[in-house]
Amino acid sequence: MNQKLRPLNKRGKVTQWQLAKKSFRKYWQLYLLIIPPVLYFIIFKYIPMAGAIIAFKDYNVVEGILGSPWAGFKHFENFFNNPVAWDLIRNTLFLSLYQLAVTFPLPIILALALNEIKDGVFKRSVQLFTYAPYFISTVVIVSMIILMLSPRTGIINSFAELLGFDSINFLGNADMFRSIFVWSDAWQLTGYSAIIYLAALAGVDRQQYEAAKMDGASRLQRIWNVDIPGIMPAIVILLVLSVGNLMAIGFEKVYLLQNPLNLSTSEILQTYVYKMGIINANFSFSTAVGLFNSIVNLILLVIVNAVAKRISGNGLW
Amino acid sequence: MSSNNSTIRESFGDRIFLIIIYAFLSLGLIVILYPLIYIVSASFSSPEAVTSGQVWLWPVDFSLAGYTEVLTNSDVLRGFRNSILYTIGYTVLAVVLTVIFAYPLSRKSFYGKTFLMFFILFTMLFSGGLIPEYLVVQKLGMLDTPWAILIPKVIAVWQVIIARTFFQTSVPEELVEASEMDGCNSLKFLWYVVLPLSKPIIAVLALMYAVFQWNSYFDAMIFLKTEELFPLQLELREFLITQSDSGANMDIAEQQRREQLANLMKYSLIVISSLPVLIIYPFAQKYFVKGMLIGSVKG
Repeated sequence: MNQKLRPLNKRGKVTQWQLAKKSFRKYWQLYLLIIPPVLYFIIFKYIPMAGAIIAFKDYNVVEGILGSPWAGFKHFENFFNNPVAWDLIRNTLFLSLYQLAVTFPLPIILALALNEIKDGVFKRSVQLFTYAPYFISTVVIVSMIILMLSPRTGIINSFAELLGFDSINFLGNADMFRSIFVWSDAWQLTGYSAIIYLAALAGVDRQQYEAAKMDGASRLQRIWNVDIPGIMPAIVILLVLSVGNLMAIGFEKVYLLQNPLNLSTSEILQTYVYKMGIINANFSFSTAVGLFNSIVNLILLVIVNAVAKRISGNGLW
Repeated sequence: MSSNNSTIRESFGDRIFLIIIYAFLSLGLIVILYPLIYIVSASFSSPEAVTSGQVWLWPVDFSLAGYTEVLTNSDVLRGFRNSILYTIGYTVLAVVLTVIFAYPLSRKSFYGKTFLMFFILFTMLFSGGLIPEYLVVQKLGMLDTPWAILIPKVIAVWQVIIARTFFQTSVPEELVEASEMDGCNSLKFLWYVVLPLSKPIIAVLALMYAVFQWNSYFDAMIFLKTEELFPLQLELREFLITQSDSGANMDIAEQQRREQLANLMKYSLIVISSLPVLIIYPFAQKYFVKGMLIGSVKG
């Protein structure tokens, strides 16, 4: 604001140093205030990033992170030479691609549909109730799935038996695991994810809408030619974010849904890291697997963002 | 959104299309609601009715057996108490830390704010992973203490961004300048001017953090060993998912009765554990929507 009153350097510009000094003088109390949050990020985010070097070491508790001997790429080689690795990568990718294919378009469809109908009790209740499952915890969602799909007492099988079908052990069937995971996610998150699109739709230019109407465009044509282009930036950003998180799917839910019978499709990279690392205390090896996962994610995000920017002109950065 | 105030009449095709939309939304509503209604109805039915699959929509043989069982279970009650304490403690810490970080980041002339934003955004893109984060908690001696629940996730980057955006738009620079003229330092300004202006954003943050903490189980599962410290979600996991089979030496009728009751208890547990969140939900919904929208403007 009053930078001009300050002494200027030879070129007539305020130097970084001067800006910093002025800011420190003015805000020194705020600089003290941010120390705890900054420390939090250093301790719980950046130190673990540095700690990930144990992926290249043979970590043992006695010698600690720095003292443990180097192991090079041994743990990565061990992982990739194990046939399990490819199963895990395949499971992780299939599950997240399936999830993306279902849970990405559904909120857009819901928002477009809600946008077509008049404000009123019906619209408000659809919003209120579709949004509610978001607040249910993962443990409870998984319990609901287990209870309702139970082969002996579950409602779904009772219904199937009523119609003369045999009861199915859904969760004990590896082929069904992915569908159960993905569609229960759709049930829980569609309403919540639709909120952003609804907000974007509210920002679509009314005049374009009226103009389309005057030209005799049908509802469907208006959705296609006005609504969807209007919310395209939001769609692109959210798609970039989802693809960037492709390898980091709702791991806590996968873990709870696992049982010995469905492991062949339900074991993903992150559940494997948890089991190898925390349960078996195989720290270096599981850190290597986790690091591989994080790096693939980061690369995916950068690529998708670049593609999105090239094609649509907007991206995350 | 759609305007019926227009003079042009809806075409036949458009009306059919609108009917399809209503049908689609009604179907969606039923699909969302049915499991919720079913769980609640089952929880108020008798153990036999639930196990034999008689409950379809409304309670059958109305009974509170499931609830009596849940509310007399000391593990559940202890978990409930722990979760309340964790949620309150965590929410207070999290909101305070988020506000004292987000406010400075929202000031235009706060030197270093671009760097600090990058500093926190980077943690969203890349992380050291589960094991190194676990080792830090271990090294700090937090394993198997309440601190392991309260501290490792105490600031969420997304919430900092939301709060910062709010401060940028609701606490204009002019106000800061004016207060400086009056000799008000930044700490006093934060306390006497910013905080009273920020009630809506504090509500948003508190609700988001509280719901997150109430619903989370994973950190408790990896960091806690002592059962006395378990939050409700972890107790739920034991009861609902892992379920230990006890009572092998009972006669068959008694064992069956127990099994049925244990099955019913699961429904009641689901309802009771979700109750706190469901009670605040209608109130929370508005704030959550607000929070998401603030975040998405500049996120």
